[in-house]
Amino acid sequence: MTDPAPIWSYLSREPLLWLTATLVAYTIADAVSRATGRAPLANPVLIAVVLLALLLGATGTPYATYFEGAQFVHFMLGPATVALAAPLHGNLARVRRSALPMLAALMVGSVTAVASALAIAAALGVPAPVLASLAPKSTTAPVAIGIAEALGGQPTLTAVLVLLTGIVGAVVATPLLNLLRIGDWRARGFAVGVAAHGIGTARAFQVHETAGAFAGIGMGLNAVLTALIAPWVLGWFG
Amino acid sequence: MIPALAVILLFQLGGEALSRGLGLPVPGPVIGMVALVAAFAATPRLAALVRPVAQGLLAHLSLLFVPAGVGVVAHLPLLREAGGALLAALVLSTLLAIAAGALTFAAVARLTGDTDDD
Repeated sequence: MTDPAPIWSYLSREPLLWLTATLVAYTIADAVSRATGRAPLANPVLIAVVLLALLLGATGTPYATYFEGAQFVHFMLGPATVALAAPLHGNLARVRRSALPMLAALMVGSVTAVASALAIAAALGVPAPVLASLAPKSTTAPVAIGIAEALGGQPTLTAVLVLLTGIVGAVVATPLLNLLRIGDWRARGFAVGVAAHGIGTARAFQVHETAGAFAGIGMGLNAVLTALIAPWVLGWFG
Repeated sequence: MIPALAVILLFQLGGEALSRGLGLPVPGPVIGMVALVAAFAATPRLAALVRPVAQGLLAHLSLLFVPAGVGVVAHLPLLREAGGALLAALVLSTLLAIAAGALTFAAVARLTGDTDDD
């Protein structure tokens, strides 16, 4: 048996190890999620992130080294956004019919998401530079990072806040919407896409295809609207 | 699978070029998505070609957020300090935004007599 130390030091520097770890962690997380009947709290993103964060901590691996491998998965976010065209096209007739409710829900949902987050954080004493990173938290990650940069926020902090928002949205959406007795899959999906971007959309697809399609539209429209309103709403708290 | 993936990447590339070239606030992949819907409507054969691969990608959308999510390890000090306030802001504002958006959608749909038959 050869000394494992040189093998580890080689493998831990190559993308293969952390790419593999990401896929294995997700496979475990997805199996747990399925075993619990897709319970909201057993969110696959949450479980996989916790597993990988513990593994990075235990092996003393910096995030930058991890990302060398994981970037191949991260890259697919862009193509996946484009791929939302397929469910959107499949639902085009219904989307056309729902243009008015969608527009109203977009305006209300988007302004509520930005303004209430900033108001609560400011009231609890979160410092102003962090508010700029918080403002775009309901938008899809690549867009949110661009908005935060334009507002003088910290892109990596924004990425974390975006992720947490998505996980919160995915966890609370089903119980909240059941409590409000909203049975319309379009309304349910759209609101979740606006408030909780891609992770909310992923959750909506788990629940119902129509909800998923409308969540995708909500996410896309909110990416545009937040870019326009975030500087304005942030000005209220400056 | 490869032709479908090439089509998806081509639309993303076109979207990025438009977004950056014209300095639009809309991100490239979102422009690519809108353009691809238009292309599907114009050519049903393209929709049939791309659909299976697109559905495969979207079935595991959750996986794609994991690498960015692990970035939480780089922000533990700030989260220890302001984590409670930030979490309160995220949870409450997400609850409010989902409720406000869904209630607005349902109310306007009822007002305009637009019911979903599915």
